[in-house]
Amino acid sequence: MTAYIVRRLFATLPVMAVVAVFVFFLVRFAPGDPAAIIAGEDATADAIAAVRAKLGLDRPMLEQFVIWTLHLLQGDLGVSIFSDLPVSRLIEQRLEPTVALTFSTLFVAVALAIPIGVIAAWKARKLVDRLAMAFAVLGFAMPVFVLAYVLIWLFSVKWGVLPVQGYSPISQGLWPFLEKLILPSVALGVTYMALIARITRASMLEVLAQDYIRTANSKGLATDRVLLLHALKNAAVPIVTVIGIGIALLISGVVITETVFNIPGLGRLTVDAVLKRDYPIVQGLILVFAAGKVLVNLAIDISYAFLDPRIRY
Amino acid sequence: MTTLADTAIDPPRRFSLGTAIRRNPTIAFGGVLLAILVLVGVFAHLIAGDPLRLSPVNRLRPPSERWWFGTDQFGRDVFSRSVYGARVSLIVGISVAAISCVLGLLLGLVCGYFRRVDAIVMRVMDGIMAIPSILLAIALITLTRPGLTIVIIAIVIPEVPRIVRVVRAVVLSIRSQPYIESAIAGGTKNAKLLWRHVLPNTMAPLIVQGTYVCASAMLIEAGLSFLGAGVPPEVPSWGNIIAQGRTFFQIAPWTILIPGAFLALTVLAVNLLGDGLRDRLDPRLARRL
Repeated sequence: MTAYIVRRLFATLPVMAVVAVFVFFLVRFAPGDPAAIIAGEDATADAIAAVRAKLGLDRPMLEQFVIWTLHLLQGDLGVSIFSDLPVSRLIEQRLEPTVALTFSTLFVAVALAIPIGVIAAWKARKLVDRLAMAFAVLGFAMPVFVLAYVLIWLFSVKWGVLPVQGYSPISQGLWPFLEKLILPSVALGVTYMALIARITRASMLEVLAQDYIRTANSKGLATDRVLLLHALKNAAVPIVTVIGIGIALLISGVVITETVFNIPGLGRLTVDAVLKRDYPIVQGLILVFAAGKVLVNLAIDISYAFLDPRIRY
Repeated sequence: MTTLADTAIDPPRRFSLGTAIRRNPTIAFGGVLLAILVLVGVFAHLIAGDPLRLSPVNRLRPPSERWWFGTDQFGRDVFSRSVYGARVSLIVGISVAAISCVLGLLLGLVCGYFRRVDAIVMRVMDGIMAIPSILLAIALITLTRPGLTIVIIAIVIPEVPRIVRVVRAVVLSIRSQPYIESAIAGGTKNAKLLWRHVLPNTMAPLIVQGTYVCASAMLIEAGLSFLGAGVPPEVPSWGNIIAQGRTFFQIAPWTILIPGAFLALTVLAVNLLGDGLRDRLDPRLARRL
């Protein structure tokens, strides 16, 4: 088992290396002169040269690459062009809200989607199933920000039951923290929920057609035991896979959701950096988000071995 | 009971619209909805007034007979703007889908067929797929001047790997089929093999995946514009209209809800078309989802 985990861990290295090389060369091969674009419309030649020096574009490319990689390996993500603060510190300061939002969304989505999918598969082709699948198709077409505004309009503006926007750190009380996370998590979670519910239903349907389920039913096991212990457990691998694939969706959505709800997390940092064209921050964020996604996929790879004892690489 | 008459080859049946709709309700519904939206986009200049005309006297008017969908904070007609928004969205969606399909097909064929290139290209694809697509697009846009072309390129890059993977998987499974092996044994050239035997098999999954890429591209474009990193703000795209409605959302919710509904409906139409095509063209995949 340990050997398997270590091997999977090493397998993530080439992926991260490709990501790093990609962001490094993106600024070098972008069309036009990125330094001039970052410096702004009416920047002087000196200002452009200063930006170029900050990005390290004034040195030979190979030398840049070596310096940049060495810094990166020490956890140094460079310095913001505008505030001169280290990117790693900027990211650290904004980490909590994003992690909170991601986990609450993951929780809401999985906690609702799996029961929906199981019930839909159990009552396949009945009304409940049709409603659940209609919800899944609609949810999958719903842009995060549109849904977010519909929710704000209903729950905050019309009924006034939940706060419109903002974020309250967990250190300032649990309820204010949770209260402000409800709408963002639901808005961000619906697409994800639709995806998981669909795969849960499909995977359950496949398992429910197996002989051992008929055996379990005919020996008189209670329906809930058959569904949860016999069927869901065997249907878990594709579901967990899709939960992992959906993390990418979730991360893209975080940037937008934080903007709608004014949550001061990594998403806001991204948007502020884009508006100021602060490339070192964007580059640092890409590396952090990609690392997050790769780690989640690693966790999922490892969970396969627990879910299905036949899987041994 | 099979009789001799049943096994005889049927004369080509007349195409019946009713049967076609009953067999594939999702294709029909998605297709019709999409066709309407495409027509709206193409004939935007005939249907709607000037989407950019300011009318400060008529700021933030609610939906009424004169302004079907109300006006925004500059007195611009939300109906006209939303109708023109269809143009931007569809141009982005269709171009991204077309370009990604062509690039993805080429790379996928090469990767699936020539195993040495495969290792390298797939590592790069894995890396690109590790980056959330909207962030990848944002990074490219930070470095360039805003414009429709750069938005399309920025969305194509994260979408290509999805196509490559699908095409590659098909090629790999076809390659091990006995008829391919016998063709190789018979001395068929690589180019002819790919063109005559492999390529036709990739078409169904490619078309299905292409529709999903189109839907995803429209969502990313709207998201980018909404964040201020998409097409220039003066272009009436759905993302831009929604972004500009944010400040007055509480008193004028229609400036966001109407273009939002257009966007959701368009994505829904494309997704339904994709689901329907998948069930029709690629039954193996359909069973899995």
